[in-house]
Amino acid sequence: MNPTLLAVVTLAAVLFCIGLVGVLIRRNALIIFMCVELMLNAANLLFVAFAWAHGGLDGQVAAFFVMVVAAAEVVVGLSIIVAVYRARRTTSVDVPDALRL
Amino acid sequence: MTETLEITPQLVGIILCGALAIIGGIGLITLRKAVHAALSLAFVMVNLAVIYALFDAALLAAAQVIVYTGAILMLFLFVIMLVGVDRTESHREPIRGLKPTAIVAGIGLCALIILGVGSALTATPVGLESANATWGGNVESLAVLIFQSYVFPFEYISALMIIAPVGAMVLAHGARLRPKRTQADRAAERIAAYAKSGAHPGPLPNAAVTALHDSIATPALLPDGSISAASVAEAMVERDAVVNTQWVAARTAERFAELNGEVEPAVVTPEPLELIDTDEERGALK
Repeated sequence: MNPTLLAVVTLAAVLFCIGLVGVLIRRNALIIFMCVELMLNAANLLFVAFAWAHGGLDGQVAAFFVMVVAAAEVVVGLSIIVAVYRARRTTSVDVPDALRL
Repeated sequence: MTETLEITPQLVGIILCGALAIIGGIGLITLRKAVHAALSLAFVMVNLAVIYALFDAALLAAAQVIVYTGAILMLFLFVIMLVGVDRTESHREPIRGLKPTAIVAGIGLCALIILGVGSALTATPVGLESANATWGGNVESLAVLIFQSYVFPFEYISALMIIAPVGAMVLAHGARLRPKRTQADRAAERIAAYAKSGAHPGPLPNAAVTALHDSIATPALLPDGSISAASVAEAMVERDAVVNTQWVAARTAERFAELNGEVEPAVVTPEPLELIDTDEERGALK
């Protein structure tokens, strides 16, 4: 078992789970969104690490694409947050409950 | 498995930056203010960029700093600024016991990933020296991959990058509540007001230009010597920033009398401008 790979898998898992816990416990839509970004980055880290382990650059291309999609997602997501803020004057995820049964 | 634990500089760097990144991540989910959370996320991103560089991913390390800390987090900060930084979130828990359950679930998933993926790590890493050297460097080799093997995904992603800002503009563009007032509408309104109440339809008078003082804080004098309220902005009247032009006119007349030799020239001591700042004076501004 390679210590470098084990360290980076541990780091990626910890960062992913920090993001997951943040999504679950925080109520501010902006911070939830940042936690999602953290989870994307944890996945990216594994792409880069396993590209290094396998000796091919395809993993880095995948990480590059993830980065671009994350940028596009942030642009749309933040404008949704701004639109919700305009309509409801809040960034809390508990207040917009129109879809609740 | 009897291989000895080899401490490489790469491993030391990953452990150092990884520890800092985890500290930043914990800050992201514990700090109360959204701005502090955004800054700790920026800290995580920079540490991850260092780790990318340690894995021979020079292009991704640069892109991580430029795209994530440079563009995405600045966008986050911009939106935090737009929606108000001082808005603290409610402490009311929508589901009872959510926090401890979430933390236990997070630790459990973390252990599961580490054990599951970690137990599959049997092969020895190859390293990227030969892959990076194929076309003369990391950036060149990535460029060959992106523009040859991955050219169609790349094109799809560029289409996505065109569509996303358009979607953002559509979402963020506020709908107009009432039709826009054009110049023609404003002119018609002014003429209607003139027909109805006799309000002057032309432009408002200029501020006064005197020898002593010629800023927009000096209201013009009407032919009868009274002050024209229409020649200064209302906001300046409310902030007591309007100069009393009658006082300025009197001082100007004194200077003229001295220059014409009608009175002995006196040593002029600078004195503060007299402002229109009492209710009585403000009431006279009509």
